[in-house]
Amino acid sequence: MTEDLFVSTRKGLFRFQRSGGKWQQTYVAFLGQPVTMFLADPRTGHWYAALNLGHFGAKLHRSTNQGATWEELAMPTLPKSEDKDAPSLNQIWALEAGGADQPGLIWAGSLPAALFRNDRDGEGEWQLVEGLWNLPERSKWFGGGTDDTALHTLCIDPRNSSRLVIAISCGGVWRSEDAGASWTCRSKGLFAEYMPPDRREDPAIQDPHRIVQCRDKPDHFWCQHHNGIFFSTDDLESWQFAGPRFGFGVAVHPKDPAKAWFVPAIKDEVRVPQDGKFVASRTRDGGKTFEALSNGLPTGFGYDLVLRHALDIDQTGDTLAFGSTTGNLYVTEDQGEHWHAITHHLPPVHAVRFT
Amino acid sequence: MPTIHVTSHLRRIAPNGPTRVEAATLGAALDAYFEAAPRVRSYILDDQGRLRKHVAVFIDGELLVDKKDLGRRVAPESEIYVMQALSGG
Repeated sequence: MTEDLFVSTRKGLFRFQRSGGKWQQTYVAFLGQPVTMFLADPRTGHWYAALNLGHFGAKLHRSTNQGATWEELAMPTLPKSEDKDAPSLNQIWALEAGGADQPGLIWAGSLPAALFRNDRDGEGEWQLVEGLWNLPERSKWFGGGTDDTALHTLCIDPRNSSRLVIAISCGGVWRSEDAGASWTCRSKGLFAEYMPPDRREDPAIQDPHRIVQCRDKPDHFWCQHHNGIFFSTDDLESWQFAGPRFGFGVAVHPKDPAKAWFVPAIKDEVRVPQDGKFVASRTRDGGKTFEALSNGLPTGFGYDLVLRHALDIDQTGDTLAFGSTTGNLYVTEDQGEHWHAITHHLPPVHAVRFT
Repeated sequence: MPTIHVTSHLRRIAPNGPTRVEAATLGAALDAYFEAAPRVRSYILDDQGRLRKHVAVFIDGELLVDKKDLGRRVAPESEIYVMQALSGG
């Protein structure tokens, strides 16, 4: 089997394939352009790449021929307003394919935080998910690390593709049971030590950096929150705290929800590994204990940071990869026991994704 | 007819060379330009129709300081340059 890994970076989209026991770079596109998210739709084989060109705004491209050519698609847009300070769409930070029973449906999450759907494989206009945009609680959301609020994560329930979960920095975790028409906050148990005491547990201002849902046990979620690691074992009725460990990315084993991986860092204004030791972290007992994984990672000092979309696990649950802002790309094929570098020389990595 | 020059950074999608347009304001000049080059619109304007924050416009050598001033008058002989603000490295 050929394994396929797509790496979105500040300077382009890169593809790495494992063949004959070795990972090799086999493709590059958008060289020089910041790629903020990539999606390979398993239903159609189409590839989608979101760009943030800085000066010239956010863009979306699609390839229907495995990257031989790309076409620019219409971008989602926010409602027109006469208000001179009305928000404009600044970045796509989440791209997901709808369920197998929803042919053509593509979801996009953005900065500022909004969700959009397109029912024609990305062609034509996008529809704003108004049920989310019109939530009264949206006025409480604020940006974390960026001026804008950010919808960076969308989980689609493998049992029912109309059940959606989104995470917003800083706007909490929200669920829809009806494909986006209505939303309920699912942040109970999350807390933010950095907020004023009376807002510490406000569900609508939490900063989940990333959440993941277990494929085979979809009542189980993990959250790397600004304030630490949380998990839910009851389909988001509540979150439990697993310790004040800062980081951005999280991955959960597709079959065993007790196993999850992280890449820790020092929080807030520092954002480098603790003591200069660049390690991954793993729990195998549902968050009771965590172990540092360093075999194959730098033995000397390392100051890499792994962003929220830059850690992923494949469908077997054995292979994980992460890429860093320092341009290092590491992979393990035994759940983190051993790591090796695929390359040390990428542009800063925004996201990694197995297909 | 005012003339619009667009940064070479957009050469993949913009017409080659300067473009003459029929217009009396900056906004009308840009609209006329986008008629011929629709893909360029979203690169220059955001989804609210405002000039992007890091796009710089010069009219007859003068920087447009108020980026919301799309009603700014342009003369038939005006030269409009649409550029990206410079970034460091």
